[in-house]
Amino acid sequence: METLIIMLIGILVAVATYLILSRNIIRIILGTAVFSHAVHLLILTMGGLKNGSVPLLKEAEAPYTDALPQALILTAIVISFAVTAFILVLAYRTYQDVGSDDLDVLRGTKDE
Amino acid sequence: MNNLIVLPLIVPIIVGILLVFLRPYVKLQRAISLITMISIAVVSIFVLNSVQTNGIIRLDFGGWEPPFGILFVADSFAMLLVLTASIVTAICLIHAFSSIGEKHEKMYFYPFVLFLVAGVNGSFLTGDLFNLFVCFEVMLLASYVLVTLGGTKPQLRESIKYVVINILSSWFFLVALAYLYGTVGTLNMAHISARVAEAGQGPLLTTISILFLIVFSLKAGLLLFFWLPGSYSVPPTAVAALFGALLTKVGIYALFRTFTLIFYHEPLISQTLIGIMAGVTLIVGCMGAIAFKDIRLIVSYNVVIAVGFILIGLAIGTETSIAGSIYYIIHDMIAKAMLFLLAGTMIYLTGKSKIDEMSGLIRNYPLFGWMFFLVTCSLAGIPPLSGFVGKILVGQGAIESGSYILLALAFISSIVVLYSLLRIFLNTIFGETIISLEEEKPMKMGMIIPIVLFGIATISLGLGAEIISGYVTDAANTLSNPSVYIDAVLGGNK
Repeated sequence: METLIIMLIGILVAVATYLILSRNIIRIILGTAVFSHAVHLLILTMGGLKNGSVPLLKEAEAPYTDALPQALILTAIVISFAVTAFILVLAYRTYQDVGSDDLDVLRGTKDE
Repeated sequence: MNNLIVLPLIVPIIVGILLVFLRPYVKLQRAISLITMISIAVVSIFVLNSVQTNGIIRLDFGGWEPPFGILFVADSFAMLLVLTASIVTAICLIHAFSSIGEKHEKMYFYPFVLFLVAGVNGSFLTGDLFNLFVCFEVMLLASYVLVTLGGTKPQLRESIKYVVINILSSWFFLVALAYLYGTVGTLNMAHISARVAEAGQGPLLTTISILFLIVFSLKAGLLLFFWLPGSYSVPPTAVAALFGALLTKVGIYALFRTFTLIFYHEPLISQTLIGIMAGVTLIVGCMGAIAFKDIRLIVSYNVVIAVGFILIGLAIGTETSIAGSIYYIIHDMIAKAMLFLLAGTMIYLTGKSKIDEMSGLIRNYPLFGWMFFLVTCSLAGIPPLSGFVGKILVGQGAIESGSYILLALAFISSIVVLYSLLRIFLNTIFGETIISLEEEKPMKMGMIIPIVLFGIATISLGLGAEIISGYVTDAANTLSNPSVYIDAVLGGNK
């Protein structure tokens, strides 16, 4: 199971890397979103998949599953949600002002 | 008593949320935010003194004892930085009152400054590596807003790059955390350190340490600083000063913490690699500082040089050199904020940003001109100003450990700093005056007062080096002996 998930993570990272290397802002933002999914899966896998029962004392039998990765992922998801929302708005505002979503144009000119 | 150490994080957040509701009352927002920063400074002086007498203080949230819960750890290093950050923010706020403009103030400028400070203080104080990530994100989100506030074209353009590079480095941070958690099974920094010491730093842990090095180098601007000059030169003056003073220092703090507490077993990484990176940073930073004529870019490259210099202290790694770095971080927070304020004010006064377009400001604004000279001397490390002590201690450490290349680079960089700032000074402050008496913009009191306050701070930090030397020695001692920190966190309850 772990091997499969790790391969999935690898594919996600490859896709995200491809997206982030493009010049279009929306693709870059999508790339960062895919990146964050990949790392959430990675944290989950690092905690160990399905190797115990629900971590509720007296409700289930030991050994318990490590509950910490879920807590970490929850925090990370919230953060990546907020950041993605912010950068989407930022990209839209930039598009309105600069009139382009191409990073080559956004490089800027030498004298302003 | 222990609860005090959460105040530098929690007070700015609560006050910031309150200020959101006070949006139309600009004067009230100004007063409240300034009082908040001053009271945090007072609290941190108090905590700093009690750390000195009672040793490291920790606070376990929710009563979960380490290594299970999240905790805050206040040692001298963290508290010194919290104290300096609060003072610097308070003074930058005074400058913002007259420079930032009412439009910004009504668009939640003060709440976001407070959130930024909360994130910075949280990063300094936390004893949990994942919590460090969360505090970083709090700080970064606030900084994303501050860097875009105003929404001019160059700001939007540069901020997109700033945001994307930081999202990527946060991603690397999470990857490193995931691998570290999978390897040692804990996130408490003291516990990680104990476990790494038990198991030995094998190839896997060394790889993870390099991932952390990449992440924190991106934040600190160590070698990976290509994003820094662009994004630090676009925001309004007060914001740029805050960024220059605080943001890179958080990355530097994280580097010091991880590579003295956790990954100190492999000198090839913690010393040689960081040494090379710091050396290259110094060289490239120096080139940048000399190459440009835009005053904001010169000043931004000076931030890069300082990062290289501070990290040389870590690369040498003796107790003396670390103490020197701590002195230098404190000095640099004050002096860089002052330099950014001076540069911003210069652009405000003349309406130009290239150094060959301005001249003779000393005839119009004598005090301003001499303040620029003061910060030049301070950054070059001329005694009795504050840069001197840090430089001499780092130099002494380098000689003790025989790292002569780093020593040479560090001191050549000081000369380049002096040259790059004197170039600004001679071009803009001296020379024929270009502003006639009629068209001279009056210097606002609110702009010169914070600059003078920083000037007083850099003089008194230089003259009063003896007073803080006790704290700095204690901080350097904790950093060079990880067992002090580990015992304070894991050794029983207080």
